[in-house]
Amino acid sequence: MSEIAHPAEPALEVVGLHKTFHLRSGGRTRAVQAVTDVSFRVGAGRTLGIVGESGCGKSTTARLVMGLIEADLGDVRLAGREVGRSAAEMKAFRRRVQMVFQDSAASLNPRLTIEASIMFGPVVHGLSRAEAKTRAHRLLDRVGLDPARFAGRHPHELSGGQRQRVNIARALAMEPEIVILDESVSALDKSIEAQVLGLLSDLQAEMGLTYLFISHDLNVVRWISDEVMVMYLGRVAEIGPAEAIFEAPAHPYTRALLASMPSLDPEARTLAAPITGDPPSPIDPPSGCRFHPRCAHAAAICAATAPELNAPSGDGRLEDLHRVACHMAAAGASWAGEGAGP
Amino acid sequence: MTTTADTAAPLLRVRNLTVRFRTPRGPVTALDGVRFDLARGEVLGLIGESGSGKSVTLRSLLRILPSSRTTVSGSIRIDGREVLEFGARDLARHRGGDVAMIFQEPMLAFDPVFTIGHQITETVVRHKGVSWAEGRARALEVLDLVRIPSAKLRLDEYPHRLSGGMRQRAMIALALSCSPKILLADEPTTALDATVQIQVVLLLRELQRELGMATIFVTHDVGVAAEISDRVAVMYAGRIVETGTAAEVLKAPAHPYARGLLASTIHGAKRGDAIAAIPGMPPDLAALPPGCAFAPRCRQVRDACLATKPLPRALGGGRAIACIGGEGAIA
Repeated sequence: MSEIAHPAEPALEVVGLHKTFHLRSGGRTRAVQAVTDVSFRVGAGRTLGIVGESGCGKSTTARLVMGLIEADLGDVRLAGREVGRSAAEMKAFRRRVQMVFQDSAASLNPRLTIEASIMFGPVVHGLSRAEAKTRAHRLLDRVGLDPARFAGRHPHELSGGQRQRVNIARALAMEPEIVILDESVSALDKSIEAQVLGLLSDLQAEMGLTYLFISHDLNVVRWISDEVMVMYLGRVAEIGPAEAIFEAPAHPYTRALLASMPSLDPEARTLAAPITGDPPSPIDPPSGCRFHPRCAHAAAICAATAPELNAPSGDGRLEDLHRVACHMAAAGASWAGEGAGP
Repeated sequence: MTTTADTAAPLLRVRNLTVRFRTPRGPVTALDGVRFDLARGEVLGLIGESGSGKSVTLRSLLRILPSSRTTVSGSIRIDGREVLEFGARDLARHRGGDVAMIFQEPMLAFDPVFTIGHQITETVVRHKGVSWAEGRARALEVLDLVRIPSAKLRLDEYPHRLSGGMRQRAMIALALSCSPKILLADEPTTALDATVQIQVVLLLRELQRELGMATIFVTHDVGVAAEISDRVAVMYAGRIVETGTAAEVLKAPAHPYARGLLASTIHGAKRGDAIAAIPGMPPDLAALPPGCAFAPRCRQVRDACLATKPLPRALGGGRAIACIGGEGAIA
């Protein structure tokens, strides 16, 4: 990851992101280590999937990248340039990076028509009303909502799937380079989810969009992602090409997560849960490797020092890009090939 | 939808169950002639999307739909007794006694101001007429049963003090405390993290086997249904469109909607693999078409589908589909 990247300048690069929230409860302050030392890069036109469970920091990472909350430490770079903190730079940045949330209704102003919602951003950024309207209608048509029927409607007159199409059109109206999709299809029914995923994939190919795709659904992440980052309690556990993460997971947590997926075959059911208990809270996380209290392979070093991201052993083909934060995996995992995945 | 003349009467027999809601937009048909049987010790997975009638089916069985706005007709028989004719006293025994329900959100089942132990004890005392001390002993027993660590200490915890997975276990304990004949599970693992969801699904599967309890498990997640169901019923627009064993329905669905649902469920697909989405939108229950409700989205639709509601027809071996699409519909 240290080459002086010229040929493939990443569209988005995040370096050493840290965020600690301070909660005051009962007179004492407790530190929530939401995101600790997170770095990744996403090539133009590609998708990075971010997976992990409650409290893993995936949504905080999205909000940090968006600039909705300020990082304690670390940089966000767009097309190789660091994003400054001046008002003008932030405004430009907010056009270039757009976000689509899970709750399709809460993201739309209930008093604005669909058309007005989509026009709002471009007009604020200096586009004439006439041009913004033309753009809104073109995008509505592109996301599968006939402008003649839908432009004048209000959000409550639409189904969840239709509203999410509007949210996608609204994000695209800003002509962004990067779209952050935070559980954007999670609340939709399966038949509608498949439609919206197909749309997202087509739009990416047409417009060269770069996606950060955050989801708890590993099947969906696998389908849409080029690279996948697995997070656990605020840290990156493993990152690499989707194929490597799903076919040759190196981190014990990734393996457990994959083995937790229901089987879909009633004749080949899951026999035992791969790990017990709930994910712990990011308040006062465990020392060393944050997964060590739940890990079957933990040794003394795991409680003592946080592992660095390194290439896993025994993965020659993909090791250029595949990184895992596990002392045991780097040391030559005796448990490799145990067959955790689905 | 099993064929008639069962030698052993099923524990639960639902016939022509129809539920209509009065809404400001006019009447809505939430269930339309639902028919199924549940045998003792059997797990029936009810799958389908929002508005298909899965949860309404469970709520009708428990008789907890708001009576002022709901019309229920048809028949629900448990051990031969008609649930729709139950009076207040029968209902008190029925709900939480013979039939218990678990939810997606455990805080629906628990009162936040009482401890877990207090609430389970109270339920046992009310249903079984035992002393408080006996009720509390039963509470400890069921917390152990659902594998809550240090159950004795947990008795005196308030619900919000437990983690998500533990709270779900405590709710299962509450439901099992009076040894119900039928457990109704409404998306009980949907809000849980992946590594916790599989623990709770496997726990329910083990408990169901240990206790031999008949279960109806409602889920939109086909994978969860595959993990736990003996039989599966697929619902669409308030009707059951296909039933059969879990393996039959999930591995070779016959109804066009069931096939579409399975095809649009992404599982093990890689970047760039085609996904077959069902075109169009879920039906408006206030304005259902006269014929098959799936016809507007069906790729094999023909004229007859638009005219008449398809009745369930047996395909043999307890399998049935509600589709007139001839043998061509069967994969």
